[in-house]
Parts: sequence; structure tokens; C-alpha cells
Amino acid sequence: MTAGQIGLTEKAARVNPRKPWAVQSLVMVFMLIVLVYFLLPLFWLIVSATKTNTDLFGSFGLWFSSDFNLWNNLQGVFTYDGGIYLTWLWNSIYYSVCSAVGASLIAALAGYVFAKFRFPGRSLLFALILGAIMVPNTALAVPLYLLLSNIGLVNTPWAIILPSLVTPFGLFLMRVYAEQAIPDDLLDAGRIDGASEWRIFWSVALRILGPGFVTVLLLTFVGTWNNYFLPLLVTNDPTLYPLTVGLSNWNGLAQGFSGSQVLFTLVITGSLLSIIPLIIGFLLLQRYWQNGLTFGSLKG
Amino acid sequence: MQQSDVEAGQTPLVISDLVPASGGARRRPHWSFWYRRIGMPYLFLAPFLLVFLLFFILPLGYALWISFFNERLVGGTIFVGLQNYQQVFQDANFWEGVRNVALLLIVQVPVMLIFALVLSLLIDSQIVRWRPLFRLGYFLPYAIPSVIGALLWGYLYSAHIGPFVQITNALHLPAPGFLTESGLLPSIGNMLVWQWTGYNMIVMYAALQAIPTELYDAARVDGTSGWDIARYIKIPLIMPAIVITIIFSIIGSLQLFAEPQIMYSIVPNLVQDHYSPNLYAYNLAFTDQEYNYSAAVSFVLGAVVFVSSYIFILVNNRRGRRS
Repeated sequence: MTAGQIGLTEKAARVNPRKPWAVQSLVMVFMLIVLVYFLLPLFWLIVSATKTNTDLFGSFGLWFSSDFNLWNNLQGVFTYDGGIYLTWLWNSIYYSVCSAVGASLIAALAGYVFAKFRFPGRSLLFALILGAIMVPNTALAVPLYLLLSNIGLVNTPWAIILPSLVTPFGLFLMRVYAEQAIPDDLLDAGRIDGASEWRIFWSVALRILGPGFVTVLLLTFVGTWNNYFLPLLVTNDPTLYPLTVGLSNWNGLAQGFSGSQVLFTLVITGSLLSIIPLIIGFLLLQRYWQNGLTFGSLKG
Repeated sequence: MQQSDVEAGQTPLVISDLVPASGGARRRPHWSFWYRRIGMPYLFLAPFLLVFLLFFILPLGYALWISFFNERLVGGTIFVGLQNYQQVFQDANFWEGVRNVALLLIVQVPVMLIFALVLSLLIDSQIVRWRPLFRLGYFLPYAIPSVIGALLWGYLYSAHIGPFVQITNALHLPAPGFLTESGLLPSIGNMLVWQWTGYNMIVMYAALQAIPTELYDAARVDGTSGWDIARYIKIPLIMPAIVITIIFSIIGSLQLFAEPQIMYSIVPNLVQDHYSPNLYAYNLAFTDQEYNYSAAVSFVLGAVVFVSSYIFILVNNRRGRRS
């Protein structure tokens, strides 16, 4: 993406006589239509979050109605059922931060060892862990629930955090990153200076692994924030729900016939609120997740 | 504390490891040799291996174990061998779910990936302006939890508040059948395309960016068309990235869960509790309390996912070797 690098070819393309402007405009129209397709649901979400429940049903969905009700809706989201939305928000943050930090540290340690040390069982273990990427999470979910309930962890935050610490893909990324970024000479220099392996990892390797670490941190954070299946199984106490399960629960109530359709505006406004932090995070940290995806495609 | 312990035991030995004792007075390896060769790597691996064993291997083994048993009203839990599996293979509900996800796999995945490939090639080419805008805009749905995405589309499809139905009503046209028996699978397919195209596009785009431009600058000067450059140079070079997107898509669509589960709450008479194998396993366990049978269903599903991605990798490798 460095501008200098592609600037020249870009200029060459612009003056290329064989690329008539008609083709370019057609392509641009296509790109814009596609953009509308991807953004339309979000636009609808924003518009609908400003409506009263009556207008939600009575006014055209893709434009604002005269009655701007966003503040009331926000108030509704934060106060409904004793402000349980804030509890869910906090749970989502708590689960995601704990899982992300824990999983990245564990993956960094293991990825570093796989990249920089030869030890018996190395290839076998790595093959086993890579194979795990292909085992669907859902094959694990029900037995995981049964195991967790046997040891009394169901309906505790641990039931969501502990299983999220397993990130074979994160380990894979950290290994590839460590192989490329950490020079062996640097580690040897540390050893000759008398630093322990533990020390070398913390003060030399981890620092170099920084960008890869942030990538795994980000992927795990998003993975846990977006997770629905696992928390749905292992929690049935509403005060432990993350946002995904809580909102889906509200939706279930709203769809019921018990006159609880007021909840529609709450689900819509609550959904909008729940995706804002992630969208901001994605915009700010673009470089890192793009890193992760590039590394992911390095080894086919 | 821990740190200084390790440090103290470790310090003097490393150098002797680095400089192999040449000839002469070679002593028996010091314990530190073993520490460096086995102890230390496994110490660093321990946290990962621990959670991996406890929350991956153990549940898998446990699922396999309980799938050989059945709970009877009289006589408690008894060993039934492969009977649960036999039942899965004869279970029409299970196969109906498999048929749904297989249809998605055959239709939705190619549509999505070709769409993603076209978009990534266009954004990588020089024809398009405002590329960062498009890249981000297309990718944005990936940042949205799939449950929220499913909720959103559920409302958009809705006959009461959905804007599409409002538009067709205003124009006196027949309403689009998003939530009808024949429209449901395409509607779910559309949710998946919307959510995942951007992700796949970014994976392919990242690979495209990694191709050195010299590789096709010459071709461009020779007057090769952009289409030919894409077809003969770019696409073959990003094949590894495309393969990754295919594998992840196979795994993802076979595991379909949130979308039909949300649709179930919106149109309960249209979506059955076994719409996807995963939803079926979930309902078996948590509605019917049939844990043993549910484990067998999960296990068969897991095996199907694993085997199909493995077959794909094998076929792909063989083809790669031949060409």
C-alpha cells in the first residue's frame, strides 16, 4: 500500500489509452452498488434506532421519521430491566479482555518455542494442534458444556473464558511471526550475557513479537466478543450473559406474542450500540488485523 | 520469584551447549542440557498444552465416550456400542440438516468467494479510485457479530418493518418471499454472503498486495490486458490464500447455527429445530436432554467437517503437484 511504490504504475494506467473512461465509470458504478449492499443494513440500523416503536412499523424503513426518538431509545436500553444492558456490556468487555490477554500470552509462549527450539515431539505436537483448526468448535460445545457442568463451572465467567484460551490459529500466527521476526543471533547474545531463557522471552522476544501479539490479541478479542454459541450453552443466568446472548434473548421476547413488541426498539438500539466499539476498533487498528490475515495466507 | 529460580538454574550452561565439546574430555551431559532440550521448551508450552488438553482433547474424548452410551428410563445409563451412530445415519432430521448446509456449501460458498475475488482484484487494479473507502466499507460487516447480523437481516426481511416489503407494497408489486419455504435458504445464504465476503476479500487482497509488481509490470508494458494479468499472473499467485478462504468457508458453513436459530425465533413455523445439523445437536441436548445422542450427532458432524476439509486439501495438493 505504500503510495510511492505503486504511484508509477498507477499513473501509467491512467494514461493507458486502452482503458476508456466508459469502462472505468462502469466499474465505479458497480463498486458503489456493492458498497450500498454492504452498508444498507447498517444504515437501516442507524435510521431505525432513532424511531419510536410506532414509527418503526408505520414509517418507511430507509429514512428518518419526523419524530426523532434516539435519546429516549438509548434511555430505554440503559434502564430496561434494571439496566441489565450495562451488565451485558461489561460482561462482553470482561470476557473478551481476559480471553484475549490470556490467549495471546499462551500462544506467544508456545509459538516462540515452536519457532526457536528443537525438542522431542515438536513436529508431532504441531501437527496435532494444526489439525485442531479444522475441528469445528461446535463438535466440542455440547461435551464441553457437560464437562464444565460436572466440575461446577457452568454459570461462571470461567466457562466462557477458559475455553476461549485455546487458539490453535493464534499459535500458528505467532510461530510464523517469531520465525520471521526474531533473529537467532539476538537470542544467543542474550544467553552469552547470562540471561535466563525466561528473561530472554520477556524482555527480548516478546518485544519483537509485539505486532504479531497485538494481531492475535485483536483476533481473540473479536472472536470472544462475537461468540454466541458457547455463552448460550454455558450460561443461563441473565446477569452473566454477554451482549450477543442478551440481545438475542430480547429479540426472542419481542417476537413473542405477549405484547412485548416495545422491545423491538430496544433490540435495534442495543444492537447499534454493541457494534460501535468494534467498528471503531477496526478502523483504528486496521494495520494489525491486516497483518494477521496476510500471515495467515503465507503458508497455504 | 519464579523468574529468579529459573534464572539461577539456567545461567552457566548455555554456553557449553552452544559450543559443542570437541573431542577429548567430553563429560556426561549436565542436567542443564536436558533442561534446555526438553524441560524449558515444555515449560513454555505448558500453559498452551494444558488448556488444549482440558478444553479441546478432553471434550472430544468425552463426546466420543458418551456417544457409546444411552440413558434408559429403566436401568440407567447403558453401553450401546455404535447404536447411536447407526441411529444418526438413519435419522431423517439429521440428513435434512445436512442437505441444507450442503446446498449452502455448493451454492453460497462459490458465489461468495467469486464475488470476493472479483472485488479484491478490482481494488488491487488501477481502474478503481477511493480504494481505502471500498476496502473498509466491504469489510465492515465482518466486525458485526453474526447474531446481530442475523437479527438485522431478520428485520430487513420482515413483512411488517422490512423496507423491501414496504417498497414493493408502495409500488403495488408482489412482496418478495424472503421468509417463505423456498426463500429461506437463499435468505440465509445472503446473510452469510453479506457477513463474510469482505473478510475473504481482505485475505485475497492481502495476498495480492504481496505480489511484487515487477512480475506483471513487464506484461502490462507489452499491452497485456488487465483481465489476462489477473487470470494468468495474479490468480495463480494467490492460490494459497484462495485455498485458505475455501477451507474456512467449508468449515464455517457446515457449522451453521446462529442464522437459523435467530430465524427460528422470527418465523418459528418455517424453520424446524433441525434446520442445520448443529442446531439439531443443540436442540437435542438442551430441549430434549438427549445428551448421548446429541454427542453422536456432534461427532458425526465434526467428522464430516474434518474429512471434507481434509479431502479438499489432499485433492488440492495433488493437483498442485501435478501442474
